[in-house]
Amino acid sequence: MEKKLGVFICWCGSNIASSVDVDKAVAEAKKLDGVVHAENYMYMCSDPGQQKVKDTISEKGLDGVVVACCSPRMHENTFRKAAGSVGLNSYLLEIANIREQCSWVHQNNKPLATAKAVSIIEGTLDKVKENLPLETITIDLTKRVCVVGGGIAGIMSALDLANAGYEVAIIEKEPAIGGHMAQISQTFPFFQNVPQLLQKKIEEVNANPRIKLYLNSEVDVLEGYVGNFNVTIRTQPAFVDPAKCTACGKCLEVCPVSVADEFNRGLSRRGAIFRYNQTEAARIPVLMQSDCLYFSAAEVADATSCRACADICPEQAIDLDSIRTLNDEFVGAIVMATGYDLYSPLKMPEYGAGQLPDVIDALAFERLLDPSGPTGGQVVRPSDGRVPKHVVFIQCVGSRDPERHKAYCSRACCMYTAKQARLYRQQVKDGTAYISYMDIRSDSRGFEEFVQQGMEQENLVYIRGRVAKVIAEGDYLRVFTADTLSSRQMEIEADLVVLAMAMEPKAGTRELAKKMNVTIDGDAFLSETHIKLYPVESSTKGVYLAGCGQSPKDITDTVSQALATAGKIQLMFSNETLIADPLIAEVKSDVCSGCGICIEICPYGARLMNNFTRISDVNQAVCQGCGACIAACPNKACELINSTSRQFIRMIGDFAGKAEAV
Amino acid sequence: MKYPYFPGCTLYTKAKKLDDAGRECSQKLGFELDELKDWTCCGATFPLVNDYHIAMSGPTRILADTKARGDDKLVTLCSVCFNVLKRTNHVMRNDEERRAKITDFIERDYHGEVEVLHYLQLLRDEIGFDTLREKVVKPLTGLKVACYYGCLLLRPVKEIGLDAMENPTIFEEFIRALGAEPVEFPYKVECCGAFQTVHSMTTATRCSHDILRSAKNSGADLVITTCPLCQFNLDDRQPEIQKSHTAFSAIPVLYFTQLLALALDLPAAGLGFERNLIDPLPLLKEKGIVS
Repeated sequence: MEKKLGVFICWCGSNIASSVDVDKAVAEAKKLDGVVHAENYMYMCSDPGQQKVKDTISEKGLDGVVVACCSPRMHENTFRKAAGSVGLNSYLLEIANIREQCSWVHQNNKPLATAKAVSIIEGTLDKVKENLPLETITIDLTKRVCVVGGGIAGIMSALDLANAGYEVAIIEKEPAIGGHMAQISQTFPFFQNVPQLLQKKIEEVNANPRIKLYLNSEVDVLEGYVGNFNVTIRTQPAFVDPAKCTACGKCLEVCPVSVADEFNRGLSRRGAIFRYNQTEAARIPVLMQSDCLYFSAAEVADATSCRACADICPEQAIDLDSIRTLNDEFVGAIVMATGYDLYSPLKMPEYGAGQLPDVIDALAFERLLDPSGPTGGQVVRPSDGRVPKHVVFIQCVGSRDPERHKAYCSRACCMYTAKQARLYRQQVKDGTAYISYMDIRSDSRGFEEFVQQGMEQENLVYIRGRVAKVIAEGDYLRVFTADTLSSRQMEIEADLVVLAMAMEPKAGTRELAKKMNVTIDGDAFLSETHIKLYPVESSTKGVYLAGCGQSPKDITDTVSQALATAGKIQLMFSNETLIADPLIAEVKSDVCSGCGICIEICPYGARLMNNFTRISDVNQAVCQGCGACIAACPNKACELINSTSRQFIRMIGDFAGKAEAV
Repeated sequence: MKYPYFPGCTLYTKAKKLDDAGRECSQKLGFELDELKDWTCCGATFPLVNDYHIAMSGPTRILADTKARGDDKLVTLCSVCFNVLKRTNHVMRNDEERRAKITDFIERDYHGEVEVLHYLQLLRDEIGFDTLREKVVKPLTGLKVACYYGCLLLRPVKEIGLDAMENPTIFEEFIRALGAEPVEFPYKVECCGAFQTVHSMTTATRCSHDILRSAKNSGADLVITTCPLCQFNLDDRQPEIQKSHTAFSAIPVLYFTQLLALALDLPAAGLGFERNLIDPLPLLKEKGIVS
């Protein structure tokens, strides 16, 4: 049975009407096959305009509507809702875009614009004729969340979600949560005590019954889709039983191993069994399997294996034969708060890092400033423990160097360098702090004032230029640089050099992103869907981003983003089920040969081989209707619902035919 | 084993001692340096602007001649020649447009087929430092050597690729193979002043002084180099340095092939020490290397 079609042409004030003859378009539309009604109106999207559409649908019993107006991005939903309210299936209404794609681009040629508008309307009518009435898809929603990464981003997201009533699992690779923030001494621009700030938040996490911590853990496998993820978590064995351990510290004393302590950036040594950091939460020792003689002896046949820690433990809390475990968490949403690493100073041999003990990175300097750090908060040289009188801070090390290192700006370094230099000057009154900079980027509230105070009140010596080289001469370091403001080469004799290394995505981000089906950029930072309007959504529905894994940022911005993520997830959880658009791919089971090309090509992981039928299924919840599989399918077994090849070929025929007539 | 060899102009004149020793050592080490016929100057500087093609025509012709002999390797001793030939070869391999311009102009067919090798690289990669160690007759025990690389042997690293540009080790490995002790000094890859020696002698003198002072402070007995220009600046500028820095005491600056020859027990008389401004013989005698 032929559909009764209606055409509604909008003037859009003068936007359309000035270059499209809307009366002529109505007259032409009325001649078209199946059209029982056509009219125009000044603003079809206004309430009276919508009412016209609704009334006509009811009065004339329309079963297909074309609204010729602006882009469907603007008002497709408006008109579909209006049509739905009077009983017409929304998917039987289509927009013919005669503004962006016609009137705006043909402003000086009214006859041509009118003819083109009519052909766009004709093509859209032909599409509507074959449109099927559709219902939205309903997807189950598990209101639990998995947060990958227990730094400040993960902690803040998790706390908000848990306080809103949802269960959260935090997966943390290290033996303690806190991330890099736990290594930092004080904040900018207000010199707040970071350990105190962080400790409060860690305690909130520990006290919250809705938050479950997986320490020493990583994501093993991710399966499922938005609302229904199954995360398999691989947890390294916890050799020390926290229920038995009294934190007496005897095991720490007997361990014969001595390796560089990563948490203190190599400024101190630790055993294979050690306290991960100085926080209260980390008072239970952890055992690093890769450093422990018990495990390395297992590889050497005749070696006697060391069990010193297990033997001395008065509580028998250490079990060296613990095994790693796998756990599943079934969640509806995932937060990727994977964080950053500092770019390795070893990649800057001209600065001597790794060879000269008194050239350190910025996080190491934070450890020197931390009262619970390896030097009790005293800034001293790692080589001889002497108080440095001349310290050179080098900014942009590895950043803003597209030829050799990272092209991007790491954003936080200008400010933390100013902070570190000021803290140094407050501690060493007769010391000089030089800061080598390219530009000073102090672009947030109170930041510029903070830097200015450093220059004017703490006498920080800012030198604009890039350092060429750092060498050791006697017991000091010679820093070759230039003052580009006065065009002079300079050499500075320094006691300590601090490198503000670029931030890069945490090691393993690339592999994890692949597992989570999240796209990354050229530097392996996790990509958001839209940099302006969807800043915390990843390319996979239900997976959200927070913190430095997405781009370098300071604590303020990290927390803002983490809370935005938590808000987005709460918004999703405010419904009982998820609604998805039915405009997705479908498979003609009699044509599909099960070749699997669509599975490879699908950017969303929505295509899966059905092991029983041997044809490729579409996961309705995951499919975004992008059409990649339709283009790739060699025997045309895939179609997009209501955007079939047949419909498109007819539309193209309409457009091409009209163009010839003009 | 025979290797095509490009000596370059300076090795026929000012740096003859670099050349003589290099050739003699090759025989002791079991390979032969077979000098190219009718070779021309390499140009001595690699053009620093992209459209200055004429300066690459000379080195390209040298490389094309090597290919025409049926060879796929070309050995040089001079850092400058090595740098110019290697960088020209890089253009021939990777830049289709410039290659076409130059080869059309000199009417030769060349696509970068030849591998340009520095003598040091030949010792490391073809002979092997372990083999070299076995062939050493008189180990230079007790001699502390500052290995000075300069710039042209290493930079730009993407095109030269002989070793790391900030912390290279090939020279130190070579010195260890000879039984001497390399000393680390921070100026080992700094510039000697190069051609500034013509234009602004004070600049070259200052650069040379920084390098030599650093080498001496690190405990070096002598400095070795691969480059005639470095050798000239470091050696011949020392009287100038002593005028302005009275505390500075002279230090001999040798070519690496001269030390190699001593370790292979070639007669010191033929090694051109008389052409070194700072006479190394008193030091070498004191160390018992030369009698």
